[in-house]
Amino acid sequence: MSDTQQIVISVRDLTKRFGEFTAVDRISFDVARGEIFGFLGANGAGKTTAMRMLCGLSYPTDGSGTVAGFDVRREGEKIKRHIGYMSQRFSLYNDLTVWENMRLFGGIYRLTDSQIKSRSEELLSRLNFLDERNTLVGALPLGWKQKLAFAIATIHRPEVVFLDEPTGGVDPVTRRQFWELIYEAAEAGTTIFVTTHYMDEAEYCSRVSIMVDGEIRALDTPARLKEQFHAESMDEVFRTLARGAQRAE
Amino acid sequence: MRTFRFLLQKEFLQIRRNSFLPKLIIAFPLMVMLLMPLIMTMDVRNVNVAVVDRDRSTTSSRIISHFGASEYLTPVLTTSLYEEALAALERGDVDVIVQIPDNFERELSSTTPERISLAANAVNATKGGLGMQYVVQTIAHTLTELRGESLPVVRSELVTVENRYNPTLNYRHYMIPALMIILFILVCGFLPALSIVGEKESGTIEQINVTPISRLQFTLAKLVPYWIIGLFVVSLAMVVARLVYGLAPVGSVGTIYLGALLFILTISGFSLTIANFSETMQQTMFVMFFFIMIFMLMSGLLTPIDSMPVWAQRFTLILPPRYFIEVLRSVYLKGATIVDLWSNFAALGGFAMVFNTLAALTYKKQA
Repeated sequence: MSDTQQIVISVRDLTKRFGEFTAVDRISFDVARGEIFGFLGANGAGKTTAMRMLCGLSYPTDGSGTVAGFDVRREGEKIKRHIGYMSQRFSLYNDLTVWENMRLFGGIYRLTDSQIKSRSEELLSRLNFLDERNTLVGALPLGWKQKLAFAIATIHRPEVVFLDEPTGGVDPVTRRQFWELIYEAAEAGTTIFVTTHYMDEAEYCSRVSIMVDGEIRALDTPARLKEQFHAESMDEVFRTLARGAQRAE
Repeated sequence: MRTFRFLLQKEFLQIRRNSFLPKLIIAFPLMVMLLMPLIMTMDVRNVNVAVVDRDRSTTSSRIISHFGASEYLTPVLTTSLYEEALAALERGDVDVIVQIPDNFERELSSTTPERISLAANAVNATKGGLGMQYVVQTIAHTLTELRGESLPVVRSELVTVENRYNPTLNYRHYMIPALMIILFILVCGFLPALSIVGEKESGTIEQINVTPISRLQFTLAKLVPYWIIGLFVVSLAMVVARLVYGLAPVGSVGTIYLGALLFILTISGFSLTIANFSETMQQTMFVMFFFIMIFMLMSGLLTPIDSMPVWAQRFTLILPPRYFIEVLRSVYLKGATIVDLWSNFAALGGFAMVFNTLAALTYKKQA
C-alpha cells in the first residue's frame, strides 16, 4: 500500500474487554480505498467484535480508530451513513419482498425516490433478480439471500462495506458469483472489509490479516504471507498461526 | 421525516403480512367485549335452597313458594329431616338450608316466636353470604305480607326490607370499562414488545442499528401503528358496548378518546422499555405477565381500591391503569368531564412521557 492512497479505515491499539476477558487486544492496521481487506481468524478470535467496533455497534474499551474519517468512539452515527454492513446472520426482513427491502434501506439511507428506483433496477438486473422483485425474501434460497443482502448493503454506495462471513453455508457456484459482486464493488471504489473461513476466498483479497486470541498475528498480501510462512497456500498460513491459539472456541 | 415514512410503511406491511395479527386485532376485542361481560359477574344467582319444613303450615308453604318465585333462589329440596338437608349441603347440591321449626305458624303472633334457623355453605364466601341475605329478605317479605293480612290495622313493619340487589345490568356496566383496559394492555402492551424482541431474535435489529436511523425514529415507528390499532380497538369496544349492552357514555366520547390515547401511549412505551431489556420472547412475555398481573389485580379494575389495605392503596398511585379506569368509569357512568378528571389526565400524560422517554433512551444502538 503506497502513501498516496487514501486511508479509509485506520485503527490504533483498538481493544475491547468484557469484564476480565479481552476479546480484541490492541489491534492496529490501515485499509486504503478500494482495497479488499480479508479479516481472518478462527472462531472466537475476536473478528466479529472488532468489526462491530468499526461499524459503531460497540464502543471500544481502549485505543482509537477512524472509519471514513469519523471516530469510532464518538462519531458512530456518522460512520453509519458511510458504511454498509452485512452480518453473519441473514438480517433482511423475511416478511417483506425483495423490492420492499430495497425501498426500506434506500429510504433509511436517505436516497431520493428516483435514486431508490434506479438503483434497485440496477441491482436487480445485476443480480438477475428482475423476476423476483415481488418475491418475499424469506422464500429465497440462502445463496440468493446473501447476494441480495450484499446488494442492499451497497445500495447507498457506501465508502466501506463490512461483510461478516458473507458466504457461510453458500454453494461454490454462488460463492463465486458473490465474489464477482465484491470485485465489481471494489473496482467502483468501495472498500471491502470481509471476514471469512474459506481460504480460497482469502486468496482473492488485496491484503489479509489473521487474528489469533484477539491479536493480529499476521498482516500482508496473500503472496507475501505465503512467502513469510514458507507456505503453499493461505490455508497452510492460517493453520500455522491458528494452531498456536490458546482460546477454546 | 422521510426516513420515518419508510419505517412506518415497513411496520404496517409487516403487520399486514403477519398471518395472525390482523385477525387478532379484530377478533380479540370482539370476543372479549361480547363474552366476558356475561361471565365476569359477581351477582349471585341460582342459589340452591333446601327447606327443612317441620311446621308444615300455610305459612311455611308460603315461604317456600316465595323462594320459588325469587329470581335468585331455587328451592331444590323440601324435607322434614335436617340431616338430609345437611348431606345435600355437604355434597354441594345446596347452598343454603332454611329450617322452619315446629309450631312456627302458631307461635308467630306470640311474644316469643320460634326462630327460623339458616345455614349456608360459605366455601364460596360471596355466594354463601349473599345467598343468605337473599333468603332473609325473602322470608322477611313473606312475613310482612302475612302480618298485613292478619291485622287489618296497619302496624309498623317488623322488618324493613331494603332492596339492595345490585341489578345485573349495573354490574356489567361496571365491568365493561375494565375489560376495555384489559384489551389495551394486551393489544398495545404486548404487541409492540413482541415486535421489537422479534427483530432481536431474527437479527434484523442489528441491520437497523448499523444504519443512521435515530433511536427516536425507530421507536416511534414501532409505536405509531399500535396507537392507531389501540384507537381502533377502543372504538370497536365502545360500539359493542352500545349495541349489545346498551351502554353509552354519559359524558363525552372525546374525553374517552383523549384518555385512551394517553393510556395507549403509556402502556406501549412501557412495553418497549421492557423489550429493550429483554433478549428473547420468553423473557419479554414473562416480565410483561408479571407487570400485567399487578396492573389487572391492583389497579381497581376488578376490585375496588378503597377496600385494599392502606399500603396497597398507596401503591396503586404508581399504576397507570388506575387513572384510566377512573376516567372510563366516571365518563361512562357519571358523565364526568376533562375538568373534573384533570388530575387523572395529568397523571396519564406524565406516565406517557416517562415511559416513552425511557423506551427511546434504553434502546441502545451502540453498546
